[in-house]
Amino acid sequence: MSGKDYTTRLVHAGPDRDPHTGASSIPIYQVSTYHQADPEHLGRYDYARSDNPTREALEQAIAELEGGTRGCAFASGMAATSTVLMIFQAGDHLVVGEDIYGGTYRVLTAVFKRWGLESTFVDSTEPDQIRAAITPKTKAVFVETPSNPTLKITDLAAVAEIARSRGLLAITDNTFMSPLLQRPLELGFDIVVHSATKFIGGHSDLIAGLAVAKDAEVGRRIRHVQNAFGAILGPQDSWLTLRGLKTLGVRLQQQQESAEKIACWLCGRPEVKKVYYPTLDGHPGRTIHLRQAAGGGSVVSFELATKEQAVQLMKNVKLPLVAVSLGGVESILSYPATMSHAAMPAGERAARGITDGLVRLSVGLEAADDLIADVEQALEKAHRPQ
Amino acid sequence: MAKLDTLLAQAGSRWDEKTGAVSMPVYYSSTFRHPGLGQSTGYDYSRTANPTRSVLEQTLALAEGGTPARAFAFSSGLAAIDAIARLFKPGDRIVATEDLYGGTYRLFEKIFRLYGIEFVYVNTADTAAVQQTFTAEVAAVFVEVPSNPLLNVADIRTIADLAARKGALTIVDNTFLTFCRQRPLELGADIVVYSATKYLGGHDDVVAGIAITAKPDLAEKIGFMQNAAGAILGPQDSWLLLRGLKTLPLRLARQEENARALARWLARHPRVTNVFYPGLPEHPGHELLKRQASGFGAMVSFEVDDPEMIKGILAGVQVFMFAESLGGVESLITFPAVQTHADIAPDVRERLGINNRLLRLSVGIEDIDDLCRDLEEVLT
Repeated sequence: MSGKDYTTRLVHAGPDRDPHTGASSIPIYQVSTYHQADPEHLGRYDYARSDNPTREALEQAIAELEGGTRGCAFASGMAATSTVLMIFQAGDHLVVGEDIYGGTYRVLTAVFKRWGLESTFVDSTEPDQIRAAITPKTKAVFVETPSNPTLKITDLAAVAEIARSRGLLAITDNTFMSPLLQRPLELGFDIVVHSATKFIGGHSDLIAGLAVAKDAEVGRRIRHVQNAFGAILGPQDSWLTLRGLKTLGVRLQQQQESAEKIACWLCGRPEVKKVYYPTLDGHPGRTIHLRQAAGGGSVVSFELATKEQAVQLMKNVKLPLVAVSLGGVESILSYPATMSHAAMPAGERAARGITDGLVRLSVGLEAADDLIADVEQALEKAHRPQ
Repeated sequence: MAKLDTLLAQAGSRWDEKTGAVSMPVYYSSTFRHPGLGQSTGYDYSRTANPTRSVLEQTLALAEGGTPARAFAFSSGLAAIDAIARLFKPGDRIVATEDLYGGTYRLFEKIFRLYGIEFVYVNTADTAAVQQTFTAEVAAVFVEVPSNPLLNVADIRTIADLAARKGALTIVDNTFLTFCRQRPLELGADIVVYSATKYLGGHDDVVAGIAITAKPDLAEKIGFMQNAAGAILGPQDSWLLLRGLKTLPLRLARQEENARALARWLARHPRVTNVFYPGLPEHPGHELLKRQASGFGAMVSFEVDDPEMIKGILAGVQVFMFAESLGGVESLITFPAVQTHADIAPDVRERLGINNRLLRLSVGIEDIDDLCRDLEEVLT
């Protein structure tokens, strides 16, 4: 399907119809086991932890969409990441971008480190720092771009080239962009992971994770751990994720358009000290980002002068939900200092620009003008002397 | 506290105060709106806690161990075992049942051995043999009671007592009997684990796993791992499991009745050389299980006199389905050597008795005469 527009591919990715009935929607196989016709040659399906046709449809779809050979679906984004990390073993070493998602940081430092899988955290926006951190034990580089929540940009092609030249696997969490906007495997990466809870699912109604491998052997290793560890995605959630994928194109294009508009508008507001959005003029990663991605996405972070103003903004907005998570059709306003990055020491947060005045807006499908009017009235209330 | 049947029949039935819904709502929400900054409804993000999953977990905690226990629901039985295995550290020794479920064996050998944990497999029905493996490094004993597929019975109370004296944890996979029949926490075990895909769900329509403990420090660690590694059970599967629990006592009673009758019938059959069912008085674990559990379960394994018969039996059954898994309302027949225990080395399988004449039945709730007639047709 390479000749088609990507939004078309999203609608038809994977087995897009049921081979038995022609049903336009893949059935939900709510099943644990499968009757075997031949005792000597077990069928394609024998146990649903290993294979479920609904989950498999999703896995094929994401593999096609990311340009990989194998996709695997998991119970959460963290289950996808944990499974990928389990292809390594005690004594191995990873070089990891310091701005990766807090849950990834936690599982690396609190779980895998104890088991002898070491990580060195570096500023991945500086490829030299990655190069300098590689040791003879290093097996992979793990980065995320744009980063959360300050949307720093890492040069994917440069990181892939470092990994290739040193014989390492290049892994990236592509949650913020989704394959619609950024396809790291085409830039030389080996493994892509997603929290499909976010843009791919897109409706804040499921928890899911995906991993895609470019190479068949790496895919086989991930698949082996998926079956052995068993952190699989259930059939209903697999089906909902597939359903979400079909509208990813239209949703994210619209959300991105609104986000750009809101980011520009925020730049003109006196209450706002700083706006983080990858395609804004003056964003240090803008050129690299536009080379590797088809737009800035739909997450905008911005900083107010004080914590009190941030708190007042959150109290006074009426349209965005105040919640963790992102990527849904509903706009979500979050406060990284106490939500996504609460586990990080205050000093560390400050060094990364995650100040007490920073808020993160995941722009949904509400009309941009309604969102602007809502944020405007909340900003005005927040800025009014108490 | 209400009796078990009452607790299960009403699981989740009084949760929704807004509408009074008698069936627990399925919460398809990844995130939860905060009432205000720094405030929470108790639910922030569904990986961490989801109301449908929480009610399932609370029900199972009460059913297995009473109020102080906590339960955690995972995306599969192996994901639950994975979270428990992560409690240990490189250098620790874990002693496990030698005829362990093949998937657990694979997880231990192919994943956790690489991280430096040492696994020792023994016949856990032989308490003295278990004790001989207790070196200074022993950190846990992992037993399946009864074991799969040969239904050997380990003495949970004695093993837990010996393990505790060495500072080691006792972990019991209670999948085959469930808390309706066997209560390992009351016998001194520290953690109970389930493939809830089996009897707890009971309809062959869910893949799920559960870990339960009454020890607060262990609960905290397992809960941390559930959230950190994220191998959680989704809301629809949580709801289906909750639904399954309501009929567990009825299903299990009927399945057990059928299994007992079928085991007796098989024991009399001329082509059957061996029947493994702990409910038969001649089974070596019979007396122990009678003391330790309130029933014998519904798993029956048997050997036929000629390996050439296997293919015809599996292809010929009409009521039994030839499929992996167990514990559902439908009767299943499995060939352990090539299905559930394929990951165990052939020579080890042979020594354990998992040979090419052995078949395993998971007896369902169909009419017993239909089940016997079905086997009669293929055995002759």
